[in-house]
Amino acid sequence: MRRFSYDFETKIIDLEEKLRKVNQLASQNPSFEREVKELERKIENLKKKVYGNPTPWQRVLFSRHPERPKVRDFINALINGFIPVQGDRLFAADNAIVAGIGFFGGREVAVCGTDKGKNTRENLTKNFGMAHPEGYRKCLLVMELAERFKIPFLTFIDTPGAYPGIGAEERGQAWAIARCIEKMLWLQVPTLAIITGEGGSGGAIAIACADRILMLENAYYSVISPEGCASILWHDEKRAEEAAEVLKLTASDLHSFGLVYEVIPEPLGGCHRDPNKIFKRVRESIKKHLDELMVKEIGTILEERHNFYRQIGNIFK
Amino acid sequence: MVSNENVNNQEETKWLRCSNCRDLIYKRIFFENQKVCPLCNFHYRLTAHERIELLFDKGSFVEINAHLSSVDLLGFKTPEETYEETLRRNQEKTGLKEACITGRGKIKGVECIGIVFDFFFMGGSMGTVVGEKVARAFEEALSKELPLVAVTASGGARMQEGIFSLMQMAKTSLLAGRFKRESQKAFVTLMTNPTTGGVLASFASLADFIIAEPGALIGFAGPRVIEKTVKAKLPKGFQTAEFLYERGLIDMVIPRSKLSESISEVISIGVNR
Ligand SMILES: [Zn+2]
Repeated sequence: MRRFSYDFETKIIDLEEKLRKVNQLASQNPSFEREVKELERKIENLKKKVYGNPTPWQRVLFSRHPERPKVRDFINALINGFIPVQGDRLFAADNAIVAGIGFFGGREVAVCGTDKGKNTRENLTKNFGMAHPEGYRKCLLVMELAERFKIPFLTFIDTPGAYPGIGAEERGQAWAIARCIEKMLWLQVPTLAIITGEGGSGGAIAIACADRILMLENAYYSVISPEGCASILWHDEKRAEEAAEVLKLTASDLHSFGLVYEVIPEPLGGCHRDPNKIFKRVRESIKKHLDELMVKEIGTILEERHNFYRQIGNIFK
Repeated sequence: MVSNENVNNQEETKWLRCSNCRDLIYKRIFFENQKVCPLCNFHYRLTAHERIELLFDKGSFVEINAHLSSVDLLGFKTPEETYEETLRRNQEKTGLKEACITGRGKIKGVECIGIVFDFFFMGGSMGTVVGEKVARAFEEALSKELPLVAVTASGGARMQEGIFSLMQMAKTSLLAGRFKRESQKAFVTLMTNPTTGGVLASFASLADFIIAEPGALIGFAGPRVIEKTVKAKLPKGFQTAEFLYERGLIDMVIPRSKLSESISEVISIGVNR
């Protein structure tokens, strides 16, 4: 079956489909092996050319790739014995947020994340990873648990944004997000945020105000979606590609601004091409940062955290 | 026709047409009425200076951090305009350096620190300078042991400063959080038309008390974005101050003429302890 592809990579995906076919033939008929080698070389060269230096817009596309590992995949791969918190104990269960407590390596951690579906059916329950106020209030509960058990608080972020809907407004979307930001900034345990895909505006920063922010290479983090920016600037969503350039929203941009602590490299062409590799890299990175944070006094951690968020963008005329 | 944009530019006639009720208003009465339509009670937008004059005791307001002005952190430019040009255009239009004024003054005799947004400066959007002025206002209120009044009128975070604007949500919430943890004085937000996006979803909604002007649009997402997402017409009065009041998200809806009095009562909490 032909796999999903974006326009700029169609040729690669086509060749890879052919390679799979020829590989099958080669397993029965050794005379095809030369063709296998040739195709492999061709694909490698093409991948370097097409994927070697992605534009900001191409990275946005990777971050939204339907086959990209979702937050739940990261949690399944990295956290053992996960005990979920289902709802906010106030109004509803928001499936766009996965939250609970589990083990990272041998260490107990509290975890929250925005979770997208992998297909339309899943996305109906996950709301395409766009949380309602209940989702953010569920995160507040888990932050409280982290403080009570004195365990680090980890977040995984992949959301186009908080849900802009009627119920969400009626129940105080902005109020819930602000409470999350404030609570996380004052949380009395070490915190780590990992932006794995889309870091969409208020919906992302609600659970991204951590001691250290990590980003996957093709993730983005932005004040507004490229489409939203294009529609404001030029009344034309189709100019999202240009907007992605001016917004400076890639992991490497944010790292150069000193806002993102570490960029976790992805396999060529996006991490959906090798999920196990990205799980391994993310695991190593989380371990390193938690190890470094856990030896510090909590007073020092809060002081450093507060200094960091206090000085952001302090360049004036 | 008076609209929120051109209310000051109709000096030539004695009459104005209200863009809300479409009725004729005698201009002098409209201005005596603090830019509220005497017929339909529509609250027209005020500039930051008009707002300060309205709320604070005469001559009591002293601006702080007035010199702060934005720089172009991203090199943001479109084929039409650079960010620096946008800034200059808005500075010339409003006579302001940035989208909010902060300072110290008295409301009905009660001393406080004020943060006053001006929607006419880039839609009251919050970039690094607005974020910094808000943060310093909280710090000033803390160190001087004064209550804090934030008057918001904002479309949200400023797109032209990208991620740095988004991060001002964290900076201002951090300071609002510090104020609430370390001060025994009140923090009150007065939400005016409109208060949306990143300003609402940060320090503004974290206040001890939230007051709003009648009819003000208050919400996380803009009505057009919501309409497009839910593919339906929005209910009448959706996201207005009254709508949020009914749902318990804000505490009071107060007409413009009574604002000073109500705010002074709230910020008196704990002052004479
Ligand atoms: Zn009227």
